[in-house]
This record gives sequence, structure tokens and C-alpha cells, in this order.
Amino acid sequence: MSFEWPWQYNFPPFYTLQPNVNTQRKQLAAWCSLVLSYLRYHKLYTIDVLEVQESSLFHNKKIQRKLPIEAIQVVFEELRKKGNLEWIDKNKTRCLIMWRRPEEWGKLVYQWVSKNAMTNSVFTFYELCNGDDTEGEEFHGLEEWLLLRALQSLQAERKAEIITLNDSKGVKFF
Amino acid sequence: MDRFVWASGLLEINETLVIQQRGVRLYDGDDKTKFDLGTVLLSTHRLLWRDHKKHDCCIALPLSQIIFFEEQAAGIGKSAKIVVHLQPVTLNKEPGPYQSSKYSYIKLSFKEHGQIEFYRRLSEELSQKRWERISVSQPMQSPSRSQAGKVKAVGIVGIERKLEEKRKETDKNISEAFEDLSQLMKKAKEMVDLSKLIANKIKDKQGDISEDETIRFKSYLLSMGIANPVTRETHGSGTHYHLQLAKQLVEMLQVPVEEQGGMMALTEVYCLTNRARGMELLSPEDLVNACKMFEALNLPMRLRIFDSGVMVVQLQSHSEDEMIASAVETVSEKGFVSSEEYAKLVGISVLLAKERLLLAEKVGHLCRDDSVESLRFYPNLFLTQD
Repeated sequence: MSFEWPWQYNFPPFYTLQPNVNTQRKQLAAWCSLVLSYLRYHKLYTIDVLEVQESSLFHNKKIQRKLPIEAIQVVFEELRKKGNLEWIDKNKTRCLIMWRRPEEWGKLVYQWVSKNAMTNSVFTFYELCNGDDTEGEEFHGLEEWLLLRALQSLQAERKAEIITLNDSKGVKFF
Repeated sequence: MDRFVWASGLLEINETLVIQQRGVRLYDGDDKTKFDLGTVLLSTHRLLWRDHKKHDCCIALPLSQIIFFEEQAAGIGKSAKIVVHLQPVTLNKEPGPYQSSKYSYIKLSFKEHGQIEFYRRLSEELSQKRWERISVSQPMQSPSRSQAGKVKAVGIVGIERKLEEKRKETDKNISEAFEDLSQLMKKAKEMVDLSKLIANKIKDKQGDISEDETIRFKSYLLSMGIANPVTRETHGSGTHYHLQLAKQLVEMLQVPVEEQGGMMALTEVYCLTNRARGMELLSPEDLVNACKMFEALNLPMRLRIFDSGVMVVQLQSHSEDEMIASAVETVSEKGFVSSEEYAKLVGISVLLAKERLLLAEKVGHLCRDDSVESLRFYPNLFLTQD
């Protein structure tokens, strides 16, 4: 299924940061939702700002409109405030995107573990993300840094414990 | 000075005036003459001098009589001069002011400056020697001292004479008119001196400015349309003048503003009123102050200032909501508009069109698309859709 663009994507004013406060709020909400669903569709977890500026996400060649860099920064700041984005560097050139928050991932992983009655088992990170057993699961293909955060949130709920194996990380579920 | 002859001051046919300069005194050699304030005129053929008050007192000498001339720089209390060395007197010379002179040179003293340009032109004429090439004929009048008053005439000669007389009269009138200007300059100088005095006094904080001086100063400023700076009054209290002006403006502007759709930019109002008034023009300051009083006087117009700073005069009956609603309708029909397009559609100025669109955006009915192409306005689908 190809990516479905929202109606705003083809609406030229979408690419101008609106001065009216109420209008802007709606505009930014639409952008945030578009960014997250686009990255989710393409299974992207990190973004390079300069690269993404030219991608079809922010540049609609058909109507010849581009979201200017200042506005992109505003959108990213919104995402950061909502907990979906984290800057990797101080200069804000690269960031981590969590179109699902770590807690949500944690829940999904734990659900799968419970469903398969595998609590009290130990898994390596690799197994969870890339193992054959997890193929078809949403968290399959998750990047390890994100899995770590997901498990950390479970750890906080005492549903898991992260352990260090020989040369990799693993987790035990309760 | 004995080379000069009495002249009528009229230029001969084919003689052209090159330059003239006021405020010139003549010297016979080194001695002052009684010709102490007048206008020196240089033509293609002659050098003339005319008394600045008595225009019929005019003397001339042919340029061919000039051997050479030189500048004499100004000194302390002395004006710059041009010294003109002359050929010996011709035998059958016409009568002039001096029968004889012990000097063979004269001086032109430029009390109001202008010597540099005059010197330059004189050099040009003397090198070109146009008088040798262009022959002149005498104007139809006796070369002796001309009489002011009616000139009897018959035929074409008479008509020519009358025309000359008229020209002379006009010339005189113009000079007289400009005398008023020199009076104005004098008064302006007084005011400048007074303001300098007051400024200095304020600076030194020395003594009090006398009541009289303050009043004089304020009256000068008021007459120029400047509000009283001492108390820094704003339009709030207003003066009687502005009151009357406000009433007059409303009367005059009612129809034009209505025709324009109930709103007119203040700059247009300014142009319109001053064009209508013709003579007693309004200063921008007065106009704004009068317009600010509309509301207080319960007049059916308002001065309105937009966020961008643009000022308009608006009919009180003008409904903002109606304007916005109609703007949104128009934009919806067209899909999107730029300020220029909207202005054309509705028949108002681009400035007012933009203000209306901005207003609609402010209340959330329109949103903007700012691209390299232009600034356009769309219906605000962000709020209406989903």
C-alpha cells in the first residue's frame, strides 16, 4: 500500500507558517501527524535535517511548495515537546524519531511475551528485534537504541530486567 | 565711468541677455559712484547697469570697449569686485552720466555675490565677440534717457513699442513680487534667531525666557502647524481650529468615501482635501489631528489605524464583519487571491485590499500562502476542514 498523503499536503498554505495563532496550531498538529506517519511508513528512526528537507515529506514538487527550514525547526520542536523526537547533537542537525513512544513499544513487546507465555525467559536484543519468531510483529526491525528505551520503561514497571550477556545485551521478563 | 551712456534698459533686436546680477555697486576707478545698488546685466553686445529702485535709471557700455578685466578678491568688510579696463572714450559718444573721468577702468562690486558666474560669462562673451557678428538695430526709442509713462505710437512700430512697454512692466511687477519673498526671508531669519536664542537660554538654563518671547515663539510655531512643544499637548485636548476643520472634512468627504466603499486611506484624503481647498492648504499634522476628533464630536466618520500602521478614514456605518464576509466569499469563489487581484475585483486600492485580507486572516477566515510567486490568501481550510 503506497503512502497516503493527507489533504493538507496539497494545500499551498500548508507550506507557510501561519501567523494566526489558532490556524498555526492546527497547521502544526497536521505537520506532526504527517511526519510521524511518513517515518513510520518508511520505518525510519533517525533523521538528518538537511537531507529530510529535500525529501518528498517537506517538498511537494507537484504544487511547487517547500516547507522552509525555519518552519521545519518549529515542527520538530513541537515533536520534541510531545516526546516523539530527541536531538542527537547540540547543533540540531540529526535527531531520533520515535513515532511510537518507548513506553508504547514496551507494552507491545510485553504483550507478545505474555501472549506466547514466555515470561521468565531471557532474550537477547537481537532476538527480539530481528529474530524469526518476532517477524510479523510491529516491533520487528526496531533499532536497538529504541528497544533499549522500551525495555527500560518496562524495567521501571518491574516487568523486565536488562542484563549484560557476553558481548551483547539481553532482557529477562517477569 | 565716462564710457557709459544713458540707456533705456531695453535690449536691442538681436541682442540677447546672457546674465544679470543684483546687488552691484559701480566704482569709477577706485572711487565710489552714486550708482551704489543695482543690477548689472551682461548681453551679447553691452554691459548694462540699472538702479534697483529706479528702473529708468539705466546706463550701458559696449563690450567692444572692454580691453580686459580681472578679479579683485573680497576682503574684510569688502565685497568681491571685477575690475574692467576700458578703451579711451570714443569721440561721438552718446550722452552719459559722466562727462569725464580720470580713470580708464571701472569696478563692479558684488555685494550679493555672483561674481564668479558673472566673470565666467563675461570671459565667454569677450572671447566669442558675438557683437561683431550679430548686427543689432536700435529699438524704436530715442537713445536718451527714457521716460516712464505712456508712449505714443502708430502702426507696427507703435505695437512693438507697446509690447516692449508691457514687457518692462511685467518685469517690474515680478521684481516687486519677489520683494515680498525677501521680506519673508527677513521674517524667517528673525524667527530662526529667536529660536536660537531660546535654545541657547534653555541650554544655559540661564534666567527665564521672557513671557513675550515665549508667546512670540509659540505663535510662530502654531502658524506653521506645529503643536505646542512646551507642554507636549497631544491631539487629546484639540484646538478650536481642529474642531471646525473636522466638521468641514466630514461634510466634504462623505460622498467620496462612500463611493470608495466606505473606507479611504488617509493619504488619499489629504490629496483630496488639499486639491479641493486650492489655496489654504492643510498640513498633514492638522489633518490627522482633525480626524482624531471625529469620534469625540460624534461625527459619522472614524479615523482608524491598522496593525500595520496604515491610517484610513472610515464611515461609521461601515460594517467590518460585512466586509470580511464578502472578502471570504470572493476568495472562496476564486480559490485564492493576491492583494492586487482582490483590489481589482472589488475596485479599491491595493493598500486597502491588503488590509481587508489581513483582517480576514486575523479573525481566522483566511490563511496565507507565501511563496516566491506572491502572497496569496486562501479560505482557512485548517479550521473548516476536518
